[in-house]
Amino acid sequence: MSVKLTTRQIGDVSVVDVAGRITLGEGSSALRDSLREMVGKGQKKILLNLGEVSYIDSSGIGELVSAFTTVTNGGGQLKLLNLTKRVKDLLQITKLYTVFDVHDSEVSAIRAFV
Amino acid sequence: MREDARQIPETVERFLDSTLESVDRAEELAMGVAQRAGFDEDDVMKIGMAVRESMVNAVAHGNRYNANKKVRFSVASGTERFTVRIADQGDGFDFSHLPDPRLQENLMRASGRGIFLIRSFMDEFQIRRLEPVGTEVTLVKYMASQ
Repeated sequence: MSVKLTTRQIGDVSVVDVAGRITLGEGSSALRDSLREMVGKGQKKILLNLGEVSYIDSSGIGELVSAFTTVTNGGGQLKLLNLTKRVKDLLQITKLYTVFDVHDSEVSAIRAFV
Repeated sequence: MREDARQIPETVERFLDSTLESVDRAEELAMGVAQRAGFDEDDVMKIGMAVRESMVNAVAHGNRYNANKKVRFSVASGTERFTVRIADQGDGFDFSHLPDPRLQENLMRASGRGIFLIRSFMDEFQIRRLEPVGTEVTLVKYMASQ
C-alpha cells in the first residue's frame, strides 16, 4: 500500500487522515498535491493526522517540510497529529520535531489553532 | 541478537533496473537477510531505510532513471558484520561537501537528509567513486551491536 489520504472538516480546520507509506514517488506526490489543492482553495488551518503512517523516508520528511512552508507562507497553520514512534524518532534525529506543532489529541490540536 | 537467530552467513546479489520498483525490491531483500541474521525489528527497519535512501540516490540521482543503466546491489551477513553494497553507473556527485541538515540554515530545506539518515542508522558508511563511471556506497551494521 502506498498512501491513502482522507480529508474531513471540523469547523474551520481541515483534517487530513494519512495512512500508509510516504515515500519518494506516489506517496510523496499524493500528499503534496492534496495539500497544494487545499491551500489553493484557501484553507488556512490544516491538521495532518499521521497516526496510520507506517513508514516515511527522507522524501516524505521533505514533503512535510514543504507542506509546512507552503501553508505558513500562505498565511495558514499546519499542525501534526498522532505521530507513530518511528515518525517521531525521525523528526527528532533530524531536529524537525520542534519545528512542527505536534499533538497527541485531536481535540487539543483543533483547539490550538488560532 | 535474537535467540532464534540463524547465524548462517548469507549473500544476495542482484543487478537491478533504475526504477522505484528496484528501490522497494532492494529494501525487501536487505530486510529479509537482516531478519534471518537475527537483527531485532528496530534494526531491521533502520537497515531497510538506509538501503532505501541509498537505492534512491543510485536510481534517481546517480542513474537518473536511465533504462540503460543498472544498479548492482549486494547484501551479505556474516558473523560480525552485515554489509550492503550499492553501485550505480552515474556521473557521480561531490560528496565531500554534504551540508548538515540539522543546522538552522538547512532545517527547512525539502531535501538533503538521505545520507544523514543512512549515517545515523548504520555503523559504517563509505562512498567511493568507480572507474570509469559510477559511485559505490557501502553500508555496514555490526552484528555485535545488537
